[in-house]
Amino acid sequence: MNMGNLKFFTNGLIKENPTFVFVLGACPTLAVTTAAINGLGMGAATTFVLVFSNLIIALLKNYIPDKVRIAAFIVVIATFVTIVDLVMKAYTPDLYKALGIFIPLIVVNCIILGRAEAFAQRNKVWPAVLDGLGMGLGFTLAITLLASVREILGNGTIFNYPLVGENASTILVFILPPGAFVTYGLLIAVFNRLKLKLNI
Amino acid sequence: MEYIFIVISAVLVNNVVLAQFLGICPFLGVSGKINTSLGMGIAVMFVMSLANLATYLIQHFILEAFHIEFMQTITFIFVIAFLVQVVEIILKKVVPPLYQALGIYLPLITTNCAVLGTALLAVQKDYNLLMSVVYAASIAVGFTLALVLLAGIREQLNLTDVPKGVKGFPISLITAGLLALAFMGFSGIVK
Repeated sequence: MNMGNLKFFTNGLIKENPTFVFVLGACPTLAVTTAAINGLGMGAATTFVLVFSNLIIALLKNYIPDKVRIAAFIVVIATFVTIVDLVMKAYTPDLYKALGIFIPLIVVNCIILGRAEAFAQRNKVWPAVLDGLGMGLGFTLAITLLASVREILGNGTIFNYPLVGENASTILVFILPPGAFVTYGLLIAVFNRLKLKLNI
Repeated sequence: MEYIFIVISAVLVNNVVLAQFLGICPFLGVSGKINTSLGMGIAVMFVMSLANLATYLIQHFILEAFHIEFMQTITFIFVIAFLVQVVEIILKKVVPPLYQALGIYLPLITTNCAVLGTALLAVQKDYNLLMSVVYAASIAVGFTLALVLLAGIREQLNLTDVPKGVKGFPISLITAGLLALAFMGFSGIVK
């Protein structure tokens, strides 16, 4: 792999991070981040769909008529979402239950359609895969971070590992809906500040 | 009585945006002005009710009849995308003024996860046809309410001196958080 290709991969991690820079895919970001493990699971599922839909769309780009491209993209994406849905139902039933309706809703995660439209259909296969992987990892890191903050403050645990004593009181509001909005807002602010300061 | 519970639950207690986190993109994207929020809300209500009607029929007469429930995600999203296009074409021909008002919001609705989410939730809750449509309409009312409330606050925020770091998305999200906190006051009215 040369340095040029590496850029496609690192792009999604910080510089064009889908969660903190573009605020795409905000629904799962807010909804499933009550526990760090849910964030990680959601990130992994989305990354899988993102990589494979980018791969297929980059392969098929010359055969898809321009006028129906969005519909074609959605069918490709929905196919991989169905695969993830069935696999998770079979092998990780607890996670499947925790993520609930947000697994089928990966179909309408705007990060995936956005990358198909903005990147995969204009690029070769290998860069498209790397782009999917980078964007997916950027999303996974971001929502796992958000979920960790909420789990630590709201529940006193991290990946279900207790950090405080059993009877210690935690700030419950952080794992309730308002906590999701406020934590996400503050994390974007911190991210912007750091990005500006470190000049990346 | 059941219908009243569905309406109150969908509009206030389990507000689609502030408690269930569906439709966040348009919630943050088009909540800059009260007028545009209302337009978006009406367009969503229109499409969502139709989508629930269509997906109910598909779920019961095609997917369950042929035991191909695993095709749910693909068929539902396809039907919604198709419906949005059809609604757009019909409105353009039949009621041009309404099309003028809603036109720019319609294409955005395909990727509004609230539409697909509501269709899936209605199936999960095992609603009958009428309940499913009432549910969709109430969800849309809740969506519009949240959108208009946030738009009202954001119009004021534009005139306020907000710290540089939280300008834009962060302050909108924090405001939404406070709205969600207020809506938690409704919890317990119905389950």
